[in-house]
Amino acid sequence: MLFWNIIKVALKSLLANKLRSFLAMLGIIIGVGAVIAMLALGAGAQKQVLDRMTAMGTNLLIVRPGNRGTGGVMSGTQQNLTLEDAQAAASSLAGIGSVAPVVGGNAQVKYMSKNNRVSITGTAPTYFAIRSFSVERGRPFTDSEAERLARVAVIGPTTAETLFDTDEPLGQAIKLNGVNFTVIGVTKAKGDQGYANPDDQVLIPYSTAMKQVFGVDYLREFDIQASDGADITQLQKDTTALLRKRHRLQTDAADDFNIRNQAEMLETASAMASTFNLLLGGIASISLLVGGIGIMNIMLVTVTERTREIGVRKAIGAKDRDILGQFLIEAILMSGIGGIIGVGAGIGAARIVPLIPGFTTFMTIVTPSSVVISISFAAAVGIFFGFYPAYRAAILNPIDALRYE
Amino acid sequence: MISAEHLVKTYNLGGSIIRALDDVSFEIKDGTMTAITGASGSGKSTLMNVLGCLDQPDSGTYTLGGEDVSKLGKDRLAEIRNRRIGFIFQTFNLLPRMSALENVELPLLYAGRSEAQAAAEAALRTVGLGDRMYHEPNQLSGGQRQRVSIARAIVSNPDIVLADEPTGNLDSKTGVEIMALLKALHEQKRTIIIVTHDPDIAQHCSNELHMRDGQIVERRGT
Repeated sequence: MLFWNIIKVALKSLLANKLRSFLAMLGIIIGVGAVIAMLALGAGAQKQVLDRMTAMGTNLLIVRPGNRGTGGVMSGTQQNLTLEDAQAAASSLAGIGSVAPVVGGNAQVKYMSKNNRVSITGTAPTYFAIRSFSVERGRPFTDSEAERLARVAVIGPTTAETLFDTDEPLGQAIKLNGVNFTVIGVTKAKGDQGYANPDDQVLIPYSTAMKQVFGVDYLREFDIQASDGADITQLQKDTTALLRKRHRLQTDAADDFNIRNQAEMLETASAMASTFNLLLGGIASISLLVGGIGIMNIMLVTVTERTREIGVRKAIGAKDRDILGQFLIEAILMSGIGGIIGVGAGIGAARIVPLIPGFTTFMTIVTPSSVVISISFAAAVGIFFGFYPAYRAAILNPIDALRYE
Repeated sequence: MISAEHLVKTYNLGGSIIRALDDVSFEIKDGTMTAITGASGSGKSTLMNVLGCLDQPDSGTYTLGGEDVSKLGKDRLAEIRNRRIGFIFQTFNLLPRMSALENVELPLLYAGRSEAQAAAEAALRTVGLGDRMYHEPNQLSGGQRQRVSIARAIVSNPDIVLADEPTGNLDSKTGVEIMALLKALHEQKRTIIIVTHDPDIAQHCSNELHMRDGQIVERRGT
């Protein structure tokens, strides 16, 4: 009964000072809105990254040469990973689905009068499946083309657009470091992944790349895809053992290569995204804290203004805790209403951001947990910052309060 | 019955000690109407604060209905104010943005009593405001406001009704009406104490305690 009466009085006093109440709540509205929008952005980015990595498959091992140099002085990578290493792995290890050797680097690409620098990936046809590239137009190259050093190229859609504009790329001749290639396919767009754009590259057979374009006899990496149901951890161990043997490493010597496990990378990326998310939410919640200070400020004013009312309430029998409760409820009500409006603002912002030109690649996901977290945080802010003003009200001496003008 | 024995209350005002109550003793019987009079600074406000359990004496005992209330804690004092004392103020002190009915209900809500509304309606009818229950204070005249405040003072059936200059903010005609209302309550066997500096008001009361310099210098009726 008293509780409803207090809620009613609190609502009326909020309504009696509409602008003031709104301004005090604005801090909470912005705070909660920012937390929800930021967490939605973070969750969206996390999902995008994880989706892409999952698309590459969690049964992937990437073998790369180790760092060159010893004793803390690292200078690039070693040139010790050979085609034979990859072939040995493919032929002798259990649980291997397919292997793709990779050589690569940047090269000058030329079509008619257009010149561009582009990333070249020399690899085997298995690479398309391992890295989930699909060829949208034309066809990928074949094993026999790889064996006979065919000069054929599959290009990314971005490269195609840069070089050919609206012309048909299939069947055209391009020059890579001065060597003629025929375009036989264009891959489907995968979207920029940040560190390397898979849509802006030229894929050619590894043999042609090693012998004719770059003139190297070592690999940049080779990718191993485990067969379905194979133990990826065991496969990683077996590959390590095989390579140590082939590289004739002593038992106490460090590996001169490293193997990255896609599942582990997924975990790392996921952990990084969570940290990033926490950071975004943390920064946004600072504004929520500032909003709380606004509430505290207005509550202090309210308590001063209503000193006489407090005196009257005490004279007719209100205890200290009744007064404390009343003003605490007012503060919580204010931050609670602000919080609810803020949820609306946050969800609205999360919807609008991907529609803004330049932000269209952003993806936002409003998670129920972010709503719950920010509302409870807003309520906690109300309690925390409402307590001091309410306490000041509660300990007022009734005689002084009654006499207050 | 109210009995005060050797009440002392001192204030320290900028280094000089003021004895606002200087060994005050008296008794007020149930069902009487008593005026406490005196010039400003005579100590009558301090006495009213002590009688109303808003303040506690430095020494001496104050017994209200057989219970010594001069040594009680804050919460217990709040309960005494809630159940056994009704306040009427010079400036009415109704809460804004609450209807007359809600104002009168409030002491019962703090007491946690059920059927607050029925009791509040009855109290408002007693003071002749049965048709103004849902008006807010700013929609009522001064006399009507004071009636609401009287209804609030009697709603929980207190042992004493304590009125501080109840007619001080009213024109003389309305003041007479309010005094008539208080007398009517007195005739219903309520104990009423009026603090006033106005001798005309004191004339309405059967008893009078006149104060000067913290002491009762004149008694009538008691």
